[in-house]
Amino acid sequence: MGFVTPDYGTIFWMLIIFGIVLFILKKFAWVPILKALKDREKSISDALNTAEKARKEVAGLKASNDQIIAEARREKDIILKEARDIKDKIVAGAKIQANAETLKSIENAKQQIIAEKSAAINEIKQQVAELSVMIAEIIIRKQLENPEDQERLVEDLLKDLKLK
Amino acid sequence: MTRLIRSFLIILLTAFLSTGINRANEPVIPVKEGEHAEKFDAGKFVIEHVSDSYEWHIATFGETHISIPLPIILYSSNQGWNFFMSSKFHHGHETYKNFRIEHEGKNEGKIVELNLEGNVVGLPIDLSITKTVAGIFVSVIVLLLIFLNIAKSAKRRVNQAPAGMQNFFEPIILFVRDDIARPAIGEKKFEKFMPFLLTVFFFILINNLLGLVPIFPFGANVTGNIAVTLVLAVFTFFITTFSTNKHYWKEIYNPDVPWWLKFPVPLMPIVELTGVLTKPFVLMIRLFANMLAGHLIVTVFVSLIFIFARLFGVEGGFGISVVSVLFSVFMLLLDILVSFVQAYVFTFLSAMYFGMASPDHH
Repeated sequence: MGFVTPDYGTIFWMLIIFGIVLFILKKFAWVPILKALKDREKSISDALNTAEKARKEVAGLKASNDQIIAEARREKDIILKEARDIKDKIVAGAKIQANAETLKSIENAKQQIIAEKSAAINEIKQQVAELSVMIAEIIIRKQLENPEDQERLVEDLLKDLKLK
Repeated sequence: MTRLIRSFLIILLTAFLSTGINRANEPVIPVKEGEHAEKFDAGKFVIEHVSDSYEWHIATFGETHISIPLPIILYSSNQGWNFFMSSKFHHGHETYKNFRIEHEGKNEGKIVELNLEGNVVGLPIDLSITKTVAGIFVSVIVLLLIFLNIAKSAKRRVNQAPAGMQNFFEPIILFVRDDIARPAIGEKKFEKFMPFLLTVFFFILINNLLGLVPIFPFGANVTGNIAVTLVLAVFTFFITTFSTNKHYWKEIYNPDVPWWLKFPVPLMPIVELTGVLTKPFVLMIRLFANMLAGHLIVTVFVSLIFIFARLFGVEGGFGISVVSVLFSVFMLLLDILVSFVQAYVFTFLSAMYFGMASPDHH
Protein backbone atom coordinates (compact mmCIF):
# COMPACT_ATOMS: atom_id res chain seq x y z
CA MET A 1 0.00 0.00 0.00
CA GLY A 2 1.60 3.18 -1.12
CA PHE A 3 1.60 6.10 1.24
CA VAL A 4 0.06 8.62 -1.07
CA THR A 5 -2.50 6.43 -2.81
CA PRO A 6 -5.53 6.33 -0.56
CA ASP A 7 -6.81 2.82 -0.02
CA TYR A 8 -10.49 2.55 -0.92
CA GLY A 9 -11.11 -0.05 1.79
CA THR A 10 -9.87 2.36 4.43
CA ILE A 11 -11.90 5.19 2.87
CA PHE A 12 -14.99 2.99 2.96
CA TRP A 13 -14.59 2.10 6.64
CA MET A 14 -13.52 5.57 7.62
CA LEU A 15 -16.59 7.09 5.93
CA ILE A 16 -18.91 4.70 7.75
CA ILE A 17 -17.18 4.94 11.14
CA PHE A 18 -16.68 8.69 11.06
CA GLY A 19 -20.24 9.26 9.86
CA ILE A 20 -21.66 7.13 12.66
CA VAL A 21 -19.39 8.69 15.27
CA LEU A 22 -20.29 12.16 14.07
CA PHE A 23 -23.97 11.28 14.38
CA ILE A 24 -23.68 9.62 17.80
CA LEU A 25 -21.47 12.31 19.28
CA LYS A 26 -23.65 15.06 17.88
CA LYS A 27 -26.83 13.57 19.25
CA PHE A 28 -25.61 12.22 22.56
CA ALA A 29 -22.55 14.28 23.42
CA TRP A 30 -22.12 17.63 21.73
CA VAL A 31 -25.70 18.80 21.92
CA PRO A 32 -26.08 18.09 25.66
CA ILE A 33 -22.55 19.29 26.48
CA LEU A 34 -22.91 22.52 24.53
CA LYS A 35 -26.37 23.01 25.97
CA ALA A 36 -25.03 22.48 29.49
CA LEU A 37 -22.23 24.96 28.81
CA LYS A 38 -24.66 27.49 27.42
CA ASP A 39 -27.09 26.98 30.29
CA ARG A 40 -24.34 27.41 32.83
CA GLU A 41 -23.05 30.52 31.11
CA LYS A 42 -26.57 31.85 30.99
CA SER A 43 -27.21 31.11 34.65
CA ILE A 44 -23.91 32.75 35.60
CA SER A 45 -24.60 35.82 33.54
CA ASP A 46 -28.16 35.89 34.89
CA ALA A 47 -26.82 35.72 38.42
CA LEU A 48 -24.37 38.50 37.66
CA ASN A 49 -27.13 40.57 36.11
CA THR A 50 -29.37 40.01 39.10
CA ALA A 51 -26.56 41.01 41.44
CA GLU A 52 -25.94 44.10 39.35
CA LYS A 53 -29.62 44.91 39.39
CA ALA A 54 -29.79 44.40 43.14
CA ARG A 55 -26.76 46.62 43.54
CA LYS A 56 -28.40 49.28 41.42
CA GLU A 57 -31.63 48.88 43.37
CA VAL A 58 -29.77 49.33 46.64
CA ALA A 59 -28.04 52.38 45.21
CA GLY A 60 -31.44 53.64 44.06
CA LEU A 61 -32.89 52.96 47.48
CA LYS A 62 -30.04 54.86 49.06
CA ALA A 63 -30.59 57.74 46.68
CA SER A 64 -34.30 57.76 47.40
CA ASN A 65 -33.56 57.50 51.11
CA ASP A 66 -31.33 60.50 50.81
CA GLN A 67 -34.05 62.27 48.93
CA ILE A 68 -36.60 61.39 51.58
CA ILE A 69 -34.28 62.57 54.31
CA ALA A 70 -33.56 65.78 52.44
CA GLU A 71 -37.27 66.31 51.96
CA ALA A 72 -37.96 65.62 55.61
CA ARG A 73 -35.28 68.08 56.54
CA ARG A 74 -36.75 70.66 54.24
CA GLU A 75 -40.18 70.03 55.68
CA LYS A 76 -38.80 70.27 59.17
CA ASP A 77 -37.23 73.60 58.27
CA ILE A 78 -40.51 74.81 56.85
CA ILE A 79 -42.40 73.69 59.94
CA LEU A 80 -39.88 75.30 62.21
CA LYS A 81 -40.05 78.47 60.19
CA GLU A 82 -43.81 78.41 60.34
CA ALA A 83 -43.72 77.82 64.06
CA ARG A 84 -41.33 80.71 64.48
CA ASP A 85 -43.56 82.91 62.38
CA ILE A 86 -46.58 81.89 64.40
CA LYS A 87 -44.69 82.53 67.60
CA ASP A 88 -43.62 85.92 66.37
CA LYS A 89 -47.15 86.68 65.31
CA ILE A 90 -48.53 85.54 68.64
CA VAL A 91 -45.94 87.52 70.54
CA ALA A 92 -46.59 90.56 68.40
CA GLY A 93 -50.34 90.14 68.81
CA ALA A 94 -49.94 89.69 72.53
CA LYS A 95 -47.84 92.83 72.69
CA ILE A 96 -50.42 94.83 70.83
CA GLN A 97 -53.19 93.46 73.01
CA ALA A 98 -51.19 94.12 76.13
CA ASN A 99 -50.58 97.66 74.97
CA ALA A 100 -54.23 98.14 74.27
CA GLU A 101 -55.11 96.66 77.63
CA THR A 102 -52.65 98.92 79.35
CA LEU A 103 -53.96 101.91 77.53
CA LYS A 104 -57.47 100.95 78.47
CA SER A 105 -56.65 100.46 82.11
CA ILE A 106 -54.74 103.73 82.09
CA GLU A 107 -57.81 105.36 80.60
CA ASN A 108 -59.99 103.71 83.20
CA ALA A 109 -57.65 104.84 85.89
CA LYS A 110 -57.75 108.35 84.49
CA GLN A 111 -61.53 108.38 84.39
CA GLN A 112 -61.68 106.98 87.88
CA ILE A 113 -59.24 109.58 88.98
CA ILE A 114 -61.37 112.26 87.36
CA ALA A 115 -64.49 110.80 88.92
CA GLU A 116 -62.82 110.52 92.32
CA LYS A 117 -61.52 114.05 91.88
CA SER A 118 -64.92 115.46 91.09
CA ALA A 119 -66.44 113.46 93.93
CA ALA A 120 -63.75 114.81 96.23
CA ILE A 121 -64.34 118.34 94.97
CA ASN A 122 -68.06 117.88 95.47
CA GLU A 123 -67.46 116.65 99.00
CA ILE A 124 -65.10 119.51 99.62
CA LYS A 125 -67.78 121.87 98.24
CA GLN A 126 -70.40 120.30 100.51
CA GLN A 127 -68.14 120.46 103.49
CA VAL A 128 -67.23 124.00 102.56
CA ALA A 129 -70.95 124.74 102.29
CA GLU A 130 -71.66 123.09 105.62
CA LEU A 131 -68.72 124.83 107.14
CA SER A 132 -69.98 128.07 105.66
CA VAL A 133 -73.42 127.45 107.07
CA MET A 134 -71.93 126.63 110.45
CA ILE A 135 -69.80 129.70 110.25
CA ALA A 136 -72.72 131.70 109.09
CA GLU A 137 -74.85 130.36 112.01
CA ILE A 138 -72.15 131.21 114.42
CA ILE A 139 -71.82 134.62 112.92
CA ILE A 140 -75.57 135.13 112.77
CA ARG A 141 -75.97 133.93 116.30
CA LYS A 142 -73.40 136.42 117.44
CA GLN A 143 -75.01 139.20 115.45
CA LEU A 144 -78.44 138.32 116.70
CA GLU A 145 -77.62 138.34 120.33
CA ASN A 146 -79.20 141.65 120.84
CA PRO A 147 -82.91 142.05 120.09
CA GLU A 148 -82.49 145.18 117.90
CA ASP A 149 -80.39 143.41 115.56
CA GLN A 150 -83.10 140.73 115.34
CA GLU A 151 -85.67 143.24 114.67
CA ARG A 152 -83.67 144.99 112.02
CA LEU A 153 -83.13 141.74 110.33
CA VAL A 154 -86.78 140.86 110.38
CA GLU A 155 -87.50 144.24 108.99
CA ASP A 156 -84.96 143.84 106.27
CA LEU A 157 -86.47 140.53 105.45
CA LEU A 158 -89.91 141.94 105.42
CA LYS A 159 -88.69 144.76 103.23
CA ASP A 160 -87.48 142.27 100.81
CA LEU A 161 -90.86 140.57 100.97
CA LYS A 162 -92.75 143.74 100.37
CA LEU A 163 -90.72 144.63 97.45
CA LYS A 164 -91.82 141.55 95.89
CA MET B 1 12.51 26.14 13.74
CA THR B 2 10.38 23.02 14.01
CA ARG B 3 9.92 23.08 10.30
CA LEU B 4 13.66 23.39 9.79
CA ILE B 5 14.37 20.41 12.00
CA ARG B 6 11.60 18.52 10.36
CA SER B 7 12.72 19.21 6.81
CA PHE B 8 16.25 18.22 7.73
CA LEU B 9 15.00 14.99 9.20
CA ILE B 10 12.83 14.35 6.19
CA ILE B 11 15.86 14.68 3.93
CA LEU B 12 17.66 12.26 6.19
CA LEU B 13 14.72 9.96 6.01
CA THR B 14 14.47 10.06 2.24
CA ALA B 15 18.06 8.92 2.11
CA PHE B 16 17.16 5.97 4.28
CA LEU B 17 14.07 5.21 2.29
CA SER B 18 15.89 5.26 -1.00
CA THR B 19 18.48 2.81 0.31
CA GLY B 20 15.67 0.58 1.48
CA ILE B 21 13.92 0.77 -1.84
CA ASN B 22 17.16 0.18 -3.74
CA ARG B 23 17.77 -2.91 -1.76
CA ALA B 24 14.25 -4.06 -2.41
CA ASN B 25 14.84 -3.69 -6.10
CA GLU B 26 17.88 -5.91 -6.00
CA PRO B 27 17.06 -9.26 -7.48
CA VAL B 28 18.56 -11.25 -4.60
CA ILE B 29 15.78 -11.12 -2.08
CA PRO B 30 14.59 -14.64 -1.58
CA VAL B 31 12.20 -14.19 1.32
CA LYS B 32 12.41 -17.43 3.18
CA GLU B 33 11.24 -18.22 6.66
CA GLY B 34 13.93 -17.62 9.23
CA GLU B 35 16.30 -15.80 6.96
CA HIS B 36 14.67 -12.37 6.83
CA ALA B 37 14.65 -12.03 10.60
CA GLU B 38 18.40 -12.06 10.80
CA LYS B 39 19.13 -9.29 8.38
CA PHE B 40 17.90 -5.90 9.47
CA ASP B 41 16.53 -3.76 6.70
CA ALA B 42 15.97 -0.25 8.06
CA GLY B 43 13.90 0.93 5.11
CA LYS B 44 11.56 -2.01 5.32
CA PHE B 45 11.36 -1.76 9.10
CA VAL B 46 10.38 1.90 8.99
CA ILE B 47 7.91 1.50 6.17
CA GLU B 48 6.28 -1.50 7.79
CA HIS B 49 5.80 0.42 10.98
CA VAL B 50 3.97 3.32 9.44
CA SER B 51 2.12 1.61 6.64
CA ASP B 52 -1.16 -0.19 6.79
CA SER B 53 -1.17 -3.95 7.04
CA TYR B 54 -3.52 -6.88 7.27
CA GLU B 55 -2.38 -7.87 10.73
CA TRP B 56 -1.44 -5.91 13.81
CA HIS B 57 2.19 -6.70 14.35
CA ILE B 58 3.26 -6.45 17.98
CA ALA B 59 6.71 -7.97 18.30
CA THR B 60 9.10 -10.41 16.74
CA PHE B 61 11.26 -12.72 18.85
CA GLY B 62 13.77 -14.46 16.69
CA GLU B 63 11.62 -16.22 14.14
CA THR B 64 8.33 -15.91 15.96
CA HIS B 65 6.05 -13.10 14.93
CA ILE B 66 3.51 -12.00 17.47
CA SER B 67 0.65 -10.22 15.85
CA ILE B 68 -3.07 -9.80 16.22
CA PRO B 69 -4.93 -11.24 13.24
CA LEU B 70 -7.47 -8.91 11.69
CA PRO B 71 -10.51 -9.80 9.61
CA ILE B 72 -10.09 -9.92 5.85
CA ILE B 73 -13.17 -9.05 3.81
CA LEU B 74 -12.88 -9.64 0.10
CA TYR B 75 -15.22 -9.69 -2.84
CA SER B 76 -14.27 -11.08 -6.18
CA SER B 77 -16.44 -11.86 -9.16
CA ASN B 78 -15.17 -15.45 -9.16
CA GLN B 79 -15.58 -16.32 -5.51
CA GLY B 80 -18.09 -13.83 -4.18
CA TRP B 81 -17.71 -12.61 -0.60
CA ASN B 82 -14.91 -14.02 1.54
CA PHE B 83 -14.44 -13.47 5.23
CA PHE B 84 -11.49 -14.88 7.11
CA MET B 85 -8.82 -13.85 9.59
CA SER B 86 -5.48 -12.62 8.38
CA SER B 87 -3.77 -15.36 10.38
CA LYS B 88 -4.71 -17.68 7.50
CA PHE B 89 -1.99 -15.99 5.43
CA HIS B 90 0.64 -16.90 8.05
CA HIS B 91 2.15 -13.40 8.02
CA GLY B 92 1.82 -13.17 4.31
CA HIS B 93 3.74 -16.29 3.43
CA GLU B 94 0.93 -18.54 2.34
CA THR B 95 -1.91 -18.56 -0.11
CA TYR B 96 -5.41 -19.03 1.24
CA LYS B 97 -8.52 -19.63 -0.87
CA ASN B 98 -6.58 -18.49 -3.91
CA PHE B 99 -5.76 -15.16 -2.26
CA ARG B 100 -2.26 -14.00 -1.51
CA ILE B 101 -0.60 -10.89 -0.19
CA GLU B 102 1.68 -9.66 -2.93
CA HIS B 103 5.16 -8.72 -1.79
CA GLU B 104 6.56 -7.17 -4.93
CA GLY B 105 5.57 -5.70 -8.23
CA LYS B 106 2.96 -3.05 -8.79
CA ASN B 107 0.48 -4.62 -6.38
CA GLU B 108 2.93 -4.77 -3.52
CA GLY B 109 1.15 -5.06 -0.20
CA LYS B 110 -2.22 -5.75 -1.76
CA ILE B 111 -4.22 -8.94 -1.80
CA VAL B 112 -4.36 -10.52 -5.24
CA GLU B 113 -6.45 -13.34 -6.54
CA LEU B 114 -4.86 -16.34 -8.15
CA ASN B 115 -6.16 -19.01 -10.46
CA LEU B 116 -5.56 -22.69 -9.94
CA GLU B 117 -2.23 -22.56 -11.74
CA GLY B 118 -1.01 -19.94 -9.30
CA ASN B 119 -1.08 -16.97 -11.68
CA VAL B 120 -2.46 -13.61 -10.66
CA VAL B 121 -5.86 -13.07 -12.22
CA GLY B 122 -6.87 -9.79 -10.61
CA LEU B 123 -7.51 -7.76 -7.54
CA PRO B 124 -10.55 -8.54 -5.41
CA ILE B 125 -12.54 -5.73 -3.88
CA ASP B 126 -10.83 -5.38 -0.53
CA LEU B 127 -12.82 -4.10 2.45
CA SER B 128 -10.61 -5.71 5.07
CA ILE B 129 -10.35 -4.39 8.59
CA THR B 130 -6.73 -3.40 8.27
CA LYS B 131 -4.51 -2.09 11.04
CA THR B 132 -5.58 1.47 10.26
CA VAL B 133 -9.28 0.60 10.34
CA ALA B 134 -8.79 -1.30 13.59
CA GLY B 135 -6.95 1.75 14.92
CA ILE B 136 -9.90 3.92 13.92
CA PHE B 137 -12.22 1.57 15.80
CA VAL B 138 -10.05 1.76 18.91
CA SER B 139 -9.83 5.54 18.84
CA VAL B 140 -13.55 5.84 18.19
CA ILE B 141 -14.29 3.66 21.21
CA VAL B 142 -12.04 5.92 23.31
CA LEU B 143 -13.74 8.98 21.85
CA LEU B 144 -17.22 7.66 22.58
CA LEU B 145 -16.29 6.53 26.09
CA ILE B 146 -14.89 9.93 26.96
CA PHE B 147 -17.55 12.15 25.51
CA LEU B 148 -20.65 10.12 26.28
CA ASN B 149 -19.38 10.07 29.85
CA ILE B 150 -18.90 13.81 29.82
CA ALA B 151 -22.35 14.31 28.32
CA LYS B 152 -23.80 12.19 31.09
CA SER B 153 -22.14 14.20 33.81
CA ALA B 154 -23.04 17.44 32.01
CA LYS B 155 -26.68 16.40 32.05
CA ARG B 156 -26.54 15.33 35.67
CA ARG B 157 -24.76 18.38 37.01
CA VAL B 158 -26.95 21.10 35.60
CA ASN B 159 -25.65 24.58 36.37
CA GLN B 160 -22.89 23.21 38.54
CA ALA B 161 -19.15 23.41 38.25
CA PRO B 162 -17.72 20.65 36.02
CA ALA B 163 -16.13 17.67 37.71
CA GLY B 164 -13.66 14.96 36.76
CA MET B 165 -13.18 14.34 33.08
CA GLN B 166 -15.70 17.03 32.28
CA ASN B 167 -13.40 19.46 34.05
CA PHE B 168 -10.50 18.42 31.85
CA PHE B 169 -12.24 18.49 28.49
CA GLU B 170 -14.54 21.44 28.96
CA PRO B 171 -11.78 24.04 28.50
CA ILE B 172 -10.81 22.32 25.24
CA ILE B 173 -14.43 22.30 24.08
CA LEU B 174 -14.69 25.96 25.04
CA PHE B 175 -11.45 26.63 23.19
CA VAL B 176 -12.87 25.04 20.04
CA ARG B 177 -16.06 27.01 20.47
CA ASP B 178 -14.73 30.42 21.48
CA ASP B 179 -11.34 30.55 19.80
CA ILE B 180 -11.93 28.53 16.66
CA ALA B 181 -15.57 28.43 15.63
CA ARG B 182 -16.84 31.76 16.92
CA PRO B 183 -14.20 34.04 15.36
CA ALA B 184 -13.81 32.02 12.15
CA ILE B 185 -17.49 31.46 11.33
CA GLY B 186 -19.22 34.33 13.03
CA GLU B 187 -21.52 34.76 15.97
CA LYS B 188 -24.70 33.98 14.05
CA LYS B 189 -23.83 30.75 12.30
CA PHE B 190 -21.13 28.99 14.29
CA GLU B 191 -23.45 26.86 16.40
CA LYS B 192 -24.63 24.55 13.65
CA PHE B 193 -21.02 23.68 12.74
CA MET B 194 -19.98 22.96 16.32
CA PRO B 195 -20.73 19.19 16.35
CA PHE B 196 -18.63 18.59 13.25
CA LEU B 197 -15.77 20.82 14.40
CA LEU B 198 -15.66 19.20 17.83
CA THR B 199 -15.82 15.71 16.38
CA VAL B 200 -13.05 16.43 13.90
CA PHE B 201 -10.90 18.13 16.52
CA PHE B 202 -11.13 15.35 19.05
CA PHE B 203 -10.99 12.60 16.43
CA ILE B 204 -7.72 13.98 15.08
CA LEU B 205 -6.34 14.80 18.52
CA ILE B 206 -7.10 11.42 20.01
CA ASN B 207 -5.81 9.56 16.97
CA ASN B 208 -2.64 11.64 16.94
CA LEU B 209 -2.02 11.02 20.60
CA LEU B 210 -2.96 7.33 20.54
CA GLY B 211 -0.67 6.96 17.53
CA LEU B 212 2.21 7.96 19.76
CA VAL B 213 1.48 5.23 22.30
CA PRO B 214 3.54 2.28 21.09
CA ILE B 215 1.53 -0.44 22.88
CA PHE B 216 -1.32 -2.45 21.41
CA PRO B 217 -4.20 -1.53 20.91
CA PHE B 218 -2.83 1.93 20.29
CA GLY B 219 -0.06 3.10 18.04
CA ALA B 220 -1.76 2.59 14.71
CA ASN B 221 -0.77 5.26 12.24
CA VAL B 222 -4.32 6.51 11.65
CA THR B 223 -3.99 10.23 10.99
CA GLY B 224 -0.83 9.52 9.02
CA ASN B 225 -2.92 7.51 6.58
CA ILE B 226 -3.99 9.48 3.56
CA ALA B 227 -7.31 7.67 3.22
CA VAL B 228 -8.33 8.82 6.70
CA THR B 229 -7.35 12.44 6.15
CA LEU B 230 -9.02 12.27 2.76
CA VAL B 231 -12.34 11.32 4.35
CA LEU B 232 -12.00 14.12 6.91
CA ALA B 233 -11.21 16.61 4.16
CA VAL B 234 -14.13 15.33 2.09
CA PHE B 235 -16.46 15.95 5.04
CA THR B 236 -15.13 19.50 5.33
CA PHE B 237 -15.52 19.98 1.59
CA PHE B 238 -19.12 18.80 1.51
CA ILE B 239 -20.16 20.75 4.57
CA THR B 240 -18.53 23.85 3.07
CA THR B 241 -20.26 23.31 -0.24
CA PHE B 242 -23.66 22.68 1.30
CA SER B 243 -23.51 25.77 3.49
CA THR B 244 -22.66 28.20 0.72
CA ASN B 245 -24.72 31.20 -0.20
CA LYS B 246 -24.90 33.20 -3.40
CA HIS B 247 -22.07 35.55 -2.42
CA TYR B 248 -19.71 32.58 -2.27
CA TRP B 249 -20.53 31.48 -5.80
CA LYS B 250 -20.44 35.04 -7.06
CA GLU B 251 -16.91 35.34 -5.68
CA ILE B 252 -15.99 32.25 -7.67
CA TYR B 253 -17.72 32.78 -11.00
CA ASN B 254 -17.79 36.54 -11.11
CA PRO B 255 -15.20 37.98 -8.74
CA ASP B 256 -14.58 41.71 -8.54
CA VAL B 257 -11.58 41.81 -10.83
CA PRO B 258 -10.90 43.64 -14.12
CA TRP B 259 -13.08 42.21 -16.88
CA TRP B 260 -10.15 40.95 -18.96
CA LEU B 261 -9.36 38.46 -16.21
CA LYS B 262 -12.78 36.94 -16.76
CA PHE B 263 -13.31 37.34 -20.49
CA PRO B 264 -12.60 35.83 -23.00
CA VAL B 265 -10.50 33.43 -20.93
CA PRO B 266 -12.20 32.93 -17.54
CA LEU B 267 -8.90 33.06 -15.72
CA MET B 268 -10.11 34.09 -12.28
CA PRO B 269 -13.08 31.67 -12.17
CA ILE B 270 -10.68 28.86 -13.00
CA VAL B 271 -8.29 29.97 -10.29
CA GLU B 272 -11.12 30.30 -7.77
CA LEU B 273 -12.61 26.92 -8.67
CA THR B 274 -9.19 25.36 -8.28
CA GLY B 275 -9.04 27.03 -4.86
CA VAL B 276 -12.30 25.33 -3.86
CA LEU B 277 -10.70 21.95 -4.44
CA THR B 278 -7.22 22.83 -3.21
CA LYS B 279 -8.51 23.84 0.22
CA PRO B 280 -9.65 20.35 1.30
CA PHE B 281 -6.73 18.82 -0.60
CA VAL B 282 -4.28 20.88 1.43
CA LEU B 283 -6.11 19.89 4.62
CA MET B 284 -5.71 16.26 3.68
CA ILE B 285 -2.02 16.51 2.78
CA ARG B 286 -1.02 18.66 5.75
CA LEU B 287 -2.39 16.37 8.42
CA PHE B 288 -1.26 13.22 6.63
CA ALA B 289 2.29 14.44 5.97
CA ASN B 290 2.83 15.87 9.44
CA MET B 291 1.68 12.78 11.27
CA LEU B 292 3.43 10.39 8.90
CA ALA B 293 6.66 12.35 9.23
CA GLY B 294 6.44 12.23 13.02
CA HIS B 295 5.98 8.46 13.00
CA LEU B 296 8.71 7.94 10.43
CA ILE B 297 11.27 9.98 12.31
CA VAL B 298 10.74 8.19 15.60
CA THR B 299 10.99 4.84 13.85
CA VAL B 300 14.09 5.93 11.98
CA PHE B 301 15.83 6.89 15.20
CA VAL B 302 15.01 3.53 16.66
CA SER B 303 16.31 1.71 13.60
CA LEU B 304 19.52 3.73 13.77
CA ILE B 305 20.42 1.61 16.78
CA PHE B 306 20.28 -1.56 14.74
CA ILE B 307 22.05 -0.06 11.75
CA PHE B 308 24.94 1.04 13.93
CA ALA B 309 24.96 -2.29 15.71
CA ARG B 310 25.39 -4.02 12.38
CA LEU B 311 28.02 -1.62 11.11
CA PHE B 312 30.16 -1.26 14.25
CA GLY B 313 29.15 -4.22 16.36
CA VAL B 314 27.13 -4.29 19.53
CA GLU B 315 29.14 -1.44 21.13
CA GLY B 316 28.23 0.83 18.26
CA GLY B 317 24.59 -0.06 18.77
CA PHE B 318 24.76 0.73 22.45
CA GLY B 319 26.62 3.95 21.78
CA ILE B 320 24.14 5.25 19.30
CA SER B 321 21.18 4.01 21.32
CA VAL B 322 21.72 6.77 23.88
CA VAL B 323 21.55 9.39 21.18
CA SER B 324 18.68 7.64 19.47
CA VAL B 325 16.63 7.33 22.59
CA LEU B 326 17.21 10.98 23.45
CA PHE B 327 16.21 12.04 19.95
CA SER B 328 13.22 9.72 19.96
CA VAL B 329 12.03 11.16 23.25
CA PHE B 330 12.55 14.64 21.90
CA MET B 331 10.63 13.77 18.74
CA LEU B 332 7.82 12.17 20.73
CA LEU B 333 7.46 15.30 22.84
CA LEU B 334 7.51 17.35 19.68
CA ASP B 335 4.88 15.04 18.23
CA ILE B 336 2.62 15.62 21.23
CA LEU B 337 2.82 19.31 20.43
CA VAL B 338 2.32 18.59 16.75
CA SER B 339 -0.72 16.44 17.61
CA PHE B 340 -2.41 19.40 19.24
CA VAL B 341 -1.27 21.87 16.58
CA GLN B 342 -2.48 19.67 13.71
CA ALA B 343 -5.85 19.04 15.35
CA TYR B 344 -6.13 22.80 15.89
CA VAL B 345 -5.04 23.66 12.36
CA PHE B 346 -7.40 21.20 10.71
CA THR B 347 -10.34 22.38 12.80
CA PHE B 348 -9.47 26.05 12.44
CA LEU B 349 -9.09 25.85 8.66
CA SER B 350 -12.34 23.88 8.38
CA ALA B 351 -14.04 26.57 10.43
CA MET B 352 -12.50 29.25 8.20
CA TYR B 353 -13.84 27.52 5.10
CA PHE B 354 -17.29 27.25 6.69
CA GLY B 355 -17.14 30.93 7.52
CA MET B 356 -16.05 31.80 3.99
CA ALA B 357 -18.79 29.65 2.49
CA SER B 358 -21.49 32.06 3.58
CA PRO B 359 -20.01 35.55 3.73
CA ASP B 360 -22.39 38.21 4.94
CA HIS B 361 -21.53 41.02 2.55
CA HIS B 362 -19.21 42.05 -0.38
